[in-house]
Amino acid sequence: MVSSIPVIRIRDTLLSAIQGDLSDRVAEAFQGDLLSRLERTGASGVLLDISALDIVDTYVARVLVETAQMARLMGAHTVLVGMRPEVAATLITMGQVLTGIDTALNVDDGLALLALPRR
Amino acid sequence: MIVLETCALPIDSEDDVVRVRTRVRDLAQRLGFDAFAVAAISTAASELTRNAWVHGHGGTATVEEVEEGGRHGVRLQFHDAGPGIADLPRVLKGGFSTRRSLGLGLSGTRRLVDDFEIESQCGVGTHIVVAKWARFGART
Repeated sequence: MVSSIPVIRIRDTLLSAIQGDLSDRVAEAFQGDLLSRLERTGASGVLLDISALDIVDTYVARVLVETAQMARLMGAHTVLVGMRPEVAATLITMGQVLTGIDTALNVDDGLALLALPRR
Repeated sequence: MIVLETCALPIDSEDDVVRVRTRVRDLAQRLGFDAFAVAAISTAASELTRNAWVHGHGGTATVEEVEEGGRHGVRLQFHDAGPGIADLPRVLKGGFSTRRSLGLGLSGTRRLVDDFEIESQCGVGTHIVVAKWARFGART
């Protein structure tokens, strides 16, 4: 299945703005799509913009964290950007569900983070 | 507590996770919940619907507008006839991870809502009731 969430390549970075009501199936399909694009393009960075998501539950959080981990195994650095305040508050209230993934306030800051020398 | 409106939604596919939480979000917004409260109750709906689908093999979600002592709230009831939860205290403590979750589904959900009740019997099923209340004067 193809997730229908667009993944855009800008130089060495893949950018995806995740939209709308993300179902489990779409989230899983998106993970596969993104990793395939990573393999085909050889991109070194991934920016996941979640500013359009008003709900990130534990399942979606898990898919995001795993996607970043998988991308890292493939050699790319992932930054999650644009999390809404109410989403951040909900995730922290629930527990530590989005640890181990780099974050930035917006796409600009995310690009700046990707441009830093790799640790 | 007065039930002003009630709507029973079946949980018999994965798509119902989105369907139920959308309904809950719309109700919470209509009741004047702020963005944080809307996200909290919608996320709780998402977790509990998925729980009923994945672990309870489906069931029913009842979305209700309730009133008590002049304040309005959203009450959600989830029924499933699944295997039940064997070790409820451990599950509620969190860290009971399965393939489909981070193990924070129930324990995390409990922290998002104002009221939380759970009854589970092995071989019979699980019934969960949660409620979130609007702040006083929230509704215009």
